Amino acid sequence: MSGDGALEQLRREGRIVIVGASLAGLRAAETLREEGFTGSLTLIGDEPHEPYDRPPLSKQVLLGHASADRTELPRRHGLDADWRLGVAAAGLDMAARRVRLADGDEVEYDRLLIATGVRARPWPHPTEAELDGVFVLRTRDDAARLQRRLAASPRRVLVIGAGFTGSEIASACRERGLPVTVAERGAAPLVGALGGVIGQVAAELQREHGVDLRCGIMVTGLEGDSAGRLRRAHLSDGTTLDADVAVVSLGATRNTEWLAGSGLGAGPRGIACDAGCRAFDVRGIVTDDVFVAGDVARSPHALFGYQFLSLEHWGNAVAQAATAAHNMISSSSERRPHLWVPAFWSSQFGVNIKSVGVPSLGEEVIVTQGSLAEHRFTGVYGYQGRVIAAVSFDQTKWLEFYQRQIESAAPFPPEYSSVDRRPEGLRPVPADFPDPSLPTHGPSVTVSGYSPTDQRITFTPARA
Amino acid sequence: MRLVVDLNRCQGYAQCAFLAPDVFAMHGEESLLYNPHAEAAQREQVLRAATACPVRAILVEDPDDAPDRVEEEGLSGVR
Ligand SMILES: Cc1cc2nc3c(=O)[nH]c(=O)nc-3n(C[C@H](O)[C@H](O)[C@H](O)COP(=O)(O)OP(=O)(O)OC[C@H]3O[C@@H](n4cnc5c(N)ncnc54)[C@H](O)[C@@H]3O)c2cc1C
Ligand code: SF4
Repeated sequence: MSGDGALEQLRREGRIVIVGASLAGLRAAETLREEGFTGSLTLIGDEPHEPYDRPPLSKQVLLGHASADRTELPRRHGLDADWRLGVAAAGLDMAARRVRLADGDEVEYDRLLIATGVRARPWPHPTEAELDGVFVLRTRDDAARLQRRLAASPRRVLVIGAGFTGSEIASACRERGLPVTVAERGAAPLVGALGGVIGQVAAELQREHGVDLRCGIMVTGLEGDSAGRLRRAHLSDGTTLDADVAVVSLGATRNTEWLAGSGLGAGPRGIACDAGCRAFDVRGIVTDDVFVAGDVARSPHALFGYQFLSLEHWGNAVAQAATAAHNMISSSSERRPHLWVPAFWSSQFGVNIKSVGVPSLGEEVIVTQGSLAEHRFTGVYGYQGRVIAAVSFDQTKWLEFYQRQIESAAPFPPEYSSVDRRPEGLRPVPADFPDPSLPTHGPSVTVSGYSPTDQRITFTPARA
Repeated sequence: MRLVVDLNRCQGYAQCAFLAPDVFAMHGEESLLYNPHAEAAQREQVLRAATACPVRAILVEDPDDAPDRVEEEGLSGVR
């Protein structure tokens, strides 16, 4: 009874602090209010902006169809919150339940949600990264700067890394008529996320749209002129390339440094949490007052062998934020697991790419509808005899069906034959993912396998 | 007015592009590109598009029904 009373008090007059005022932070705050939380709500965000949406930044904004500083997320309703924007959280005292801010202020909480996301991995050579013309793309300020530079008609744009963001940037440049070179260390674009078979289709798309795509190539150095402006890049095959803009798209780093020494299980791979979004501490014990959601979280998923998934996906941030918020103000019997089936979309070279499940777990892939050659198809991934993921290029309508196949652990290869009976749909082929032990350009899904049965939680400390 | 489309949910049916062509546009076969900031003059069209979307993928913040904005709430910490 007294436990219920404490929960009622928390819901009525507790203090909830959310660190990270972006997609996950905003959606969690809305859910808290919708579920009847009437206590104090504080949102802490290091960017000086209201929560805004990132996916348009590499698409509409770079194409000039939308403005980078008008991408604020719509609100479902008022929040009655205390916004601390433009100031970073700098430390966490879990025993005292206190967040320390960079300006020295301290904020106490009864429940804390960490939604600090990720940031773009910078070009590794700091002096080269400083050159005028070298960009990354994560924030709306990044997008505004890059879009301005693209509008000034650079002679050539070099995109370093052909993951989803890099490929979308290359696509936008081509649509603006700009000469683009894409340098990708792997065998094809999107290879870390979708594997080599589908990656080949992405490569064809790029080349058909006039991208100078160079795979199996690393950029070894960026060179500027005497005024500090980017002039050329040096490539691992010994050649050089003249370019006045380079966009570094080498994946992302998790924003967990501020938690160093806090005792929370937070490191470069994110913050591990249970399926109910409660963070683990360094001892592998789950906390009851610190929750995690969005790109910064790693959480076990029952559908995928309880593996810890880090998903840098918009839909994951929305769904996990809602679950975390619900669980923050619920008794243990009312808590829900984050059981969202991973899904994302990308728009590039006029093609709508969508996926459900976890393609990077796939051992084999089979084309069940359409054709790779036509760049319009549905591919289904199999793992240990079951359907684990599906990807579509301009065939969205099929994905819902495969989502249900994934949820019901349907057998792979699928028993039904390909609907339109193309030859490539007759048998599965190896999905051709790169060796996970080799570094790649940041796949959008990373998986590490700690099953609940072997009960090992490895703590990866933050880098010094 | 602010809007966002859940593109995981969007099926590319293009009703929105038909009803509010200045805000929503198809790009290629089934990609939807939209302006996350629609002008006030577009309000009626945008609201109609959001209602017409068969999978309810469009979330609009109606300025006439505006929730408290950051400026109106206890904002601190900005400059
Ligand atoms: C260019 C681009 C295109 C994308 N396109 C797609 C797409 O097509 N499809 C898709 O599914 N996903 C896409 N995504 C991914 C999607 O935007 C993310 O999954 C989503 O933004 C995650 O939300 P989040 O709130 O977890 O993290 P974030 O959006 O990263 O927000 C975290 C916030 O916390 C802040 N923060 C960090 N540290 C601190 C601190 N110590 N104190 C206070 N604040 C802090 C950060 O500055 C940031 O504002 C794209 C992302 C980018 C950048
Ligand atoms: S009406 Fe809905 S489903 Fe159709 S294109 Fe617009 S957002 Fe997508």
